[in-house]
Amino acid sequence: MRGDGEVGGGPEASGEALPFAELGLTEAEYARIAGILGRRPTGAELALYSVMWSEHCSYKSSKVHLRQLAAKAPPSAALLAGIGHNAGVVDIGQGYAVTFKIESHNHPSYVEPYQGAATGVGGIVRDILAMGARPVAVMDALRFGPASAPDTGRVLPGVVGGISFYGNCLGLPNIGGELDFDPCYAGNPLVNALCVGVMRHQDLQVAVADGPGNAVILFGSATGPDGVGGASVLASAAFGTSESAGTVGQAGEGGPGTGEAAAKRPSVQVGDPFLEKLLVECCLELYAAGLVVGIQDLGAAGVACATTELAAAGTGGMRVRLDAVPLRDSSLGPPEILMSESQERMMAVVEPGRVAAFLDVCAKWEIRAAVIGEVTDTGRLVMTWHGETVVDIPPGSAADGPVYDRPAARGPDQDALAGDDPAALPRPADGEALRAAVLALIGSPGLADKSWVTDQYDRYVRGDTVLAMPEDGGLLRVDEETGLGIALATDGNGRYCRLDPYLGTQLVLSEAYRNVAVTGARPLAVTNCLNFGSPEDPAVMWQFAEAVRGLADGCAALGVPVTGGNVSFYNQTGTSAVHPTPVVGVLGVHDDVRLRVGIGFGIGFGGADEAARASIVLLGETEAELGGSAWAHVLHDHLGGRPPAPRLAAERRLGGLLAEAAADRLLAAAHDLSDGGLAVALAESCLRGGVGCSVRLPGDPFTWLFSESAARAIVAVRPGAEEAFGSLLARHDVPGQAIGVVGGDDLVVAGCFSIPVAELAAAHRATLPALFG
Amino acid sequence: MRIGVITFPGSLDDRDAARAVRLAGAEPVALWHGDRDLRGVDAVILPGGFSYGDYLRCGAIARFAPVMGELVPAAGSGLPVLGICNGFQILCEAHLLPGALTRNAGLRFVTRDVRLRVENTATAWTRAYRPGARITVPLKSGEGAYVADAATLAGLQSGGQVVLRYDDGNPNGSLGEIAGVCNAEGNVVGVMPHPEHAVSELTGPSADGLGFFASAFGLVRS
Repeated sequence: MRGDGEVGGGPEASGEALPFAELGLTEAEYARIAGILGRRPTGAELALYSVMWSEHCSYKSSKVHLRQLAAKAPPSAALLAGIGHNAGVVDIGQGYAVTFKIESHNHPSYVEPYQGAATGVGGIVRDILAMGARPVAVMDALRFGPASAPDTGRVLPGVVGGISFYGNCLGLPNIGGELDFDPCYAGNPLVNALCVGVMRHQDLQVAVADGPGNAVILFGSATGPDGVGGASVLASAAFGTSESAGTVGQAGEGGPGTGEAAAKRPSVQVGDPFLEKLLVECCLELYAAGLVVGIQDLGAAGVACATTELAAAGTGGMRVRLDAVPLRDSSLGPPEILMSESQERMMAVVEPGRVAAFLDVCAKWEIRAAVIGEVTDTGRLVMTWHGETVVDIPPGSAADGPVYDRPAARGPDQDALAGDDPAALPRPADGEALRAAVLALIGSPGLADKSWVTDQYDRYVRGDTVLAMPEDGGLLRVDEETGLGIALATDGNGRYCRLDPYLGTQLVLSEAYRNVAVTGARPLAVTNCLNFGSPEDPAVMWQFAEAVRGLADGCAALGVPVTGGNVSFYNQTGTSAVHPTPVVGVLGVHDDVRLRVGIGFGIGFGGADEAARASIVLLGETEAELGGSAWAHVLHDHLGGRPPAPRLAAERRLGGLLAEAAADRLLAAAHDLSDGGLAVALAESCLRGGVGCSVRLPGDPFTWLFSESAARAIVAVRPGAEEAFGSLLARHDVPGQAIGVVGGDDLVVAGCFSIPVAELAAAHRATLPALFG
Repeated sequence: MRIGVITFPGSLDDRDAARAVRLAGAEPVALWHGDRDLRGVDAVILPGGFSYGDYLRCGAIARFAPVMGELVPAAGSGLPVLGICNGFQILCEAHLLPGALTRNAGLRFVTRDVRLRVENTATAWTRAYRPGARITVPLKSGEGAYVADAATLAGLQSGGQVVLRYDDGNPNGSLGEIAGVCNAEGNVVGVMPHPEHAVSELTGPSADGLGFFASAFGLVRS
């Protein structure tokens, strides 16, 4: 300390203007920092506050809305840790707990698709690891601009390659996700990565720095200049705006004339999945040996975030020697060290007597580790740089950050959108036109076979993958003896949410819930990644508020709590925001994965012969609901009207029915109805099993084939199980009508058309390879 | 019967190989790359993964691990050794097997259930199969294209050292559709596809891969 109320001094004590605006802080926020400190902040403090108070880290614009997710959450005995932790933790029985979370890495993936997407996987895996769990699988929800746009040809292969590189090398099976295309994502793709981990109840770890005198250890990769300001500069600002994209200590590194994306490239991190694999094994061994008091992963805002959050959640004070941080680039100073988002790093709090044992485990895994400080009871986070104090703050002030209740107003174009009813669109006039529409849908980029993507991912590693893409949900075995398992699905639908963010979000939640239910699992908990435009635009803020309200109400109605999530704002190009795109992940528990149900006709795990003669029953009620449908989008490039009505109570009954029917071994297949309605569901079940089916529709073929009414599924009932299934339908109060049978080599819709499965397959499989090579 | 599974830094399918050993009726024994000790096992598996992150070249760093100093002479004395995927790459780098694995022809990582033809059923790891058996096993690799010079290929062919061939299209550009080879003695086998991921229809496309582990088990028992 140099004197009362002053830390650091030197050039910072001169009247020289501090670059708060370049760090993404507003004038009011700067004044607030000065008020908290009672003096002018040092450069290091300013760097720390700028990343901690960034939208990405502080949730300053979303907090007021997100509160209702907890407030309205249904009572759940399964929740061991909820919102606010690195990830929520759910009890799945038999002493096992599961933690899962989904996060965005949208902007980095546009700037540098390969590393951007790769480090998105790495970041979410460390979140799961920090809870004490072994990461066991990943999923990814991807949205790009038009499939045929030249830039999609740059971004998509890069993103898929990055996920493949990182996830495969880390040894985590990729068990599903989404791929969709829409012009609104052309300048701002959405790359959302989910990770799930499994632990025993007693393995749960906490992110707290408790116990004065305990050592603070930074371990993993050395700190470099990569990702400096990622949270504040990249994740909390829109592309196509006029502000400069300079980063601290790196001004001008993009070079002249290289464009905005190039100028932001230094803000993208570079991943090393090999190191992350070692870090995973090292952490799990440290936990098992009881060497850790508290642990936090380093993600956005790096050392700044880990130290402030650990200190704020613990005894309250911490002393850190920034010059003890192992560096990859010796020219880095305190602000860069605090802001760096170098990957594959963790921070642990360790009792002094266990530091040696801790370092031994790190040495075994060849992980670099350094004691960089200790816990104190001063209530201050104090950081020094070669003896000089460069940070002295109350950690809670940085960890909590400002809260904004930003203006929200329904966009002026919402009425016109809602009024543009797809009922006015020309419909297929005859069987031949219906046939063509089915082929067009299953060959459209968003609904086409995704093997081009998923074949680049390892779905087998760890040997517990029971279902993966193209199934509705991913299904993992957790216990080899009992067959206990978990099912996971993610869903998003920007088109529904653009038409009505409240209803759209409930539809998205419903679909993820249903995708878990069709495997035979019982949905237990929800995570979410909320991708929106700029919160400074009242129309976007209205979309956000409506989506969160819809999610909270939907979760209450379905009886599944939100356990955590992530908000990604500023997804826009200039003033044009992406469709509001909440992506919802649902986790379910499967009592016995050996009784799983897949989507494929004729497969019927454990009884293929009888599965080939199964009868097809359509569950739920079908109304003429085509607003935001795949049919309107693909055949007419149309977006208007109202989305289908969510049917949350019916959804819940359907889920209960499917779980019981699976447990009773009544089903040979089950497939949820969503994008493209019954037509696409039938086609996908035929394609998956390589066998045809023959159905007769109860009413107007167009409506029955393409409507996207919620709370529906098709099931293939095993021969002989019809009666038992019928009584289950009655007991669960789920409407069901037998519409046909599995068998043959064609998809036959009586009185309308017949399509050979081989022709379906050709249309389905040709699209992505033709686009991406 | 004890079958060792070596874990190198970055090994990923070690757990799965151990499970396959167990399902075949043998006892899996964990071996550590840094130990100069094979713990008296009756056979050794080098599992799949990305040892040392595939840095420099797949398998090029792992071949210098201390445990390899024990393994190479033991293999020379007839110890049954199976390298799967990255393990195959390590065995080639260690010159226990001829040839090399290079980048897939399509330059992308490929995960696919491939149909294979078992060409040699006299090796320590394929004795449980009928000659010419067709099996379906997952392939998952980015550098799985088997290459060797013409003389080596001719030698492999004439010596019956081709153990597996891709039987339904060539997924990665391997010369001669070669998916697996063995040394002249038949105790060291390397395969690119993953038999340990085809041990049950619950978690794989088939249980066809169990034969590899049952072969070694049967060999030592008899």
